[in-house]
Amino acid sequence: MSGVFVSVGSMMPFDRLTRAMDEWAAANPGIPVEIQIGKGDYEPRHAKWVRKLALPDYQARVAGCALFVAHCGMGSIISAIEAGKPILMLPRLQAQGEHNTDHQLATAKHVGIRPGLHVAANEEDLKARASALLAETGTAPAPISRFADPEFTARIRAFIES
Amino acid sequence: MGKRVLAIASGGGHFIQLMRLSPAWDGHAVSIATVDPTSRALVGDVPFFTFRDVSRADWWRIPAATLDIAAILLKVRPQVIITTGALPGLIACALARPFGVKCLWVDSIANSEVLSGSGAQAGRVCSQVVTQWPHLAADKVEHWGSVL
Repeated sequence: MSGVFVSVGSMMPFDRLTRAMDEWAAANPGIPVEIQIGKGDYEPRHAKWVRKLALPDYQARVAGCALFVAHCGMGSIISAIEAGKPILMLPRLQAQGEHNTDHQLATAKHVGIRPGLHVAANEEDLKARASALLAETGTAPAPISRFADPEFTARIRAFIES
Repeated sequence: MGKRVLAIASGGGHFIQLMRLSPAWDGHAVSIATVDPTSRALVGDVPFFTFRDVSRADWWRIPAATLDIAAILLKVRPQVIITTGALPGLIACALARPFGVKCLWVDSIANSEVLSGSGAQAGRVCSQVVTQWPHLAADKVEHWGSVL
């Protein structure tokens, strides 16, 4: 288990996150950093990068890294929780054209409070907290089952069978 | 063997949330539809389809996505559709509802302050809309639980 894996999400570009973590990689040459840059224009100069991994490879990266850094998307969050990995997130902002709405700020507020989930206020905070989280052993998210709450899936099953 | 169920979602978090609901259709004849072909590895041994994605930001892709989704509906002939969004799930429900298909919209857990754009429209074409946040439950929008 080593290094930092970064994912910006697949739907829209998020160069602010890619650039910040590429700068962090330049400042921390001893730590392997790999960034899944999605549809971004900025191509990292210091970190290793890939446009888009196959989903099983993505999950293997999340499971294998020491720290997962991502946008504040539910795919990233659920993948981190399922893998029991600490996740450090930078929310996409509508004002920066990074998403259609500011729902990632809402996700940060309502979901980001779970143990093992960390939300950065901005790029500088992100870089500082990446270093801090790697230095400590880091609280990992509490392990969860592979599936949603059985009461929830039971109600959906009742809907299917009704 | 049970009902023909189409479980459909866009990529990223929408698909990952859909997978967490899989026990709901265990034992039924489920087909899975999403945008990323590499997701196939996660769905197990069930029929798997992909379609061209669309969102509000690239609305001009609606015709291509609609064609793909219509073709999937013709192959699967679902009796029930379960979707975790986003816009393609809404398109599937809108196409299928006139044929008496029962449709469930599970609004993404990412929408913790207001329903998603598609979720707000889902009431018109889905038999039931559920939110994953208790404080967003309202008239006709129920809270049954969450994927986390």
